[in-house]
Amino acid sequence: MARTAEPLLRVEQLETQFFTRAGVARAVDGVSFEVARGEVLGLVGESGSGKSVTGFSILGLVDPPGRIVGGRVLLEGENLVDAGERRLRALRGNRIAMIFQDPMMTLNPVLRIDTQMIEAVRAHHGVDRAEARRRARDALGRVGIPAPEERLSAYPHQFSGGMRQRVAIAIALLNEPAVIIADEPTTALDVTIQAQILYEMQKLCGESGTALVWITHDLAVVSGLADRVCVMYAGRIVESGPVDAVLDRPRHPYTAGLIGSVPSRNRRGVPLAQIPGMTPSLLALPGGCAFRTRCPNAEADCAAEPPAERRPEAGRTLRCHHPVGEAVS
Amino acid sequence: MSAPQPLLGLEGVSKRFVRRLDLAERIAARLGARLRDQVVHAVEEVDLAVAEGEVVGLVGESGCGKSTLGRVVAGILPASEGRLTYRGKDITKAAGAEAKKAALKIQMIFQDPFASLNPRLKVAEIVGEAPLVHGLVGRAELADYVDEVLTSVGLDPSYRRRYPHQFSGGQRQRVGIARALAVRPEFLVCDESVAALDVSIQAQVLNLFMELRERFDLTYLFISHDLGVVEHLSDRVVIMYLGRVVEIAPTEQLFAGANHPYARALLAEVLRIDSRHRIFKPVEGEIPSPLDPPPGCAFHPRCPHAIGRCRVERPLLKQIAPGRYSACHLNDQS
Repeated sequence: MARTAEPLLRVEQLETQFFTRAGVARAVDGVSFEVARGEVLGLVGESGSGKSVTGFSILGLVDPPGRIVGGRVLLEGENLVDAGERRLRALRGNRIAMIFQDPMMTLNPVLRIDTQMIEAVRAHHGVDRAEARRRARDALGRVGIPAPEERLSAYPHQFSGGMRQRVAIAIALLNEPAVIIADEPTTALDVTIQAQILYEMQKLCGESGTALVWITHDLAVVSGLADRVCVMYAGRIVESGPVDAVLDRPRHPYTAGLIGSVPSRNRRGVPLAQIPGMTPSLLALPGGCAFRTRCPNAEADCAAEPPAERRPEAGRTLRCHHPVGEAVS
Repeated sequence: MSAPQPLLGLEGVSKRFVRRLDLAERIAARLGARLRDQVVHAVEEVDLAVAEGEVVGLVGESGCGKSTLGRVVAGILPASEGRLTYRGKDITKAAGAEAKKAALKIQMIFQDPFASLNPRLKVAEIVGEAPLVHGLVGRAELADYVDEVLTSVGLDPSYRRRYPHQFSGGQRQRVGIARALAVRPEFLVCDESVAALDVSIQAQVLNLFMELRERFDLTYLFISHDLGVVEHLSDRVVIMYLGRVVEIAPTEQLFAGANHPYARALLAEVLRIDSRHRIFKPVEGEIPSPLDPPPGCAFHPRCPHAIGRCRVERPLLKQIAPGRYSACHLNDQS
């Protein structure tokens, strides 16, 4: 098998639904993408677009009433959707790791950092405590924590927010995973601290060849960090492609609207280009294309059926009946 | 007087939070333990004048004191030291009807539209309570007045019987804005008012702020950590670091080139949608604790240009060009 050509992570037609009293919410509705070695994929969307649920689904972390109802998640060729909980536990934190927006979701507040990190190493590798501790110390050093030896014996509350997120990243990196899923890890941080974290992530992924899926609502972060971008709306990827192509020449009206509403893209003082309306509830999506009620290009056929995925050019996908820059027939 | 009178003036305003020792600690201190009251210098000696109709952006990272300063301006927190003037009148010492009048003219819009609205009140009550209490409208006209205010922030008046939880984040922020506008203020303090909103909703609310400014001749103190938002809205930008103002500049000049090393670092870290595949080169270190600020210039431990003087002497905010101020020793050299 040609190992180099095979993507480290391939998601195929993933469907995750939440079975609530009010109805079935299709949080992830046929999402497909792949990430290659050393590649950074930005998964962009607003609240409720399904971007985080996609991340959780990849690691098998969706809790009831949510359930993966279809599709495949291939990690180095192995389907995680069929894998049992035992197998998933062996893979999580080992071959695939997740970084959360709130580092306290990773860290146990009543255990020292070294206890937590040594446990994470020894759960997957048969090494002794001294070796596990050495690896933990190296990981802290790699993410730029000063005096890692001393910091190992600290508790999570003794770290600042930025440092805590670094510890969470160090734990994710501990076993040199093939894939890291990062869910808005810098959203709660200050600008200078965010830049420090992005710097570390960029360096580490470049050095180790780890594939990174960066889930965010912030187009500017994606623009600086990612190689490719997938834009999600109401559970579907509406547009994807290389960052330069998608951000410079957006084809989906939603992508174009998002880019237009970023303040720095607009002239000072003039009103921002805004997308009218708000994100619809997943329980009451409009029929056809979910974006049509907010879309400036919407026509009668948009209500008739949801647009199928097509490839307007090499390396790009698009789900839209009337894309930006296409003559109206 | 050469310059026109500012609408709002701050002179040497400081705010300190003190945590006094409890009984056990006081006894321990008597017995020789080295314990003393902990003082957080949240805001230190801020001078600022805001002209009528101006939008001033207040920028800084967590813990720099920007929200505290906003609350002092809005009258929610009393200043520990210094003087606040509104239309030339000292409002720190004002009492009675005059204090109430000033308090009504300055209103605040908060960050979290989920926490700043009473969940047990209907929108009509949230918006209508203050103008009724302050006698701005009579009970008979109240319903019409509430409808008018709701319409002005882009909410359908038929929502007036709804509770806050029945609204989305963006709509809830509009309710917060309507509540502030209902007492006919002249000055709005917006504390991270769009930070919790999605990009497309954020654009809607920012546009609303600009529209309201035109319509009601409002003056804004716009507090944000998001330089992109501040650049878009503000006429002037104030940058704070660890409780002190480090630079004040007209927006265009600041974004063309900041003077203070911290301001420069902050601007360099701003991610822009047009800066692709960038190599991140961050400022080292973190913001020091305001419980124990470094001596001299508070930024010197992180500053790449720090000289000996920065470690011992605190730089003062000095005018470096007309309308531009910076607190950095490097400006004295050359």
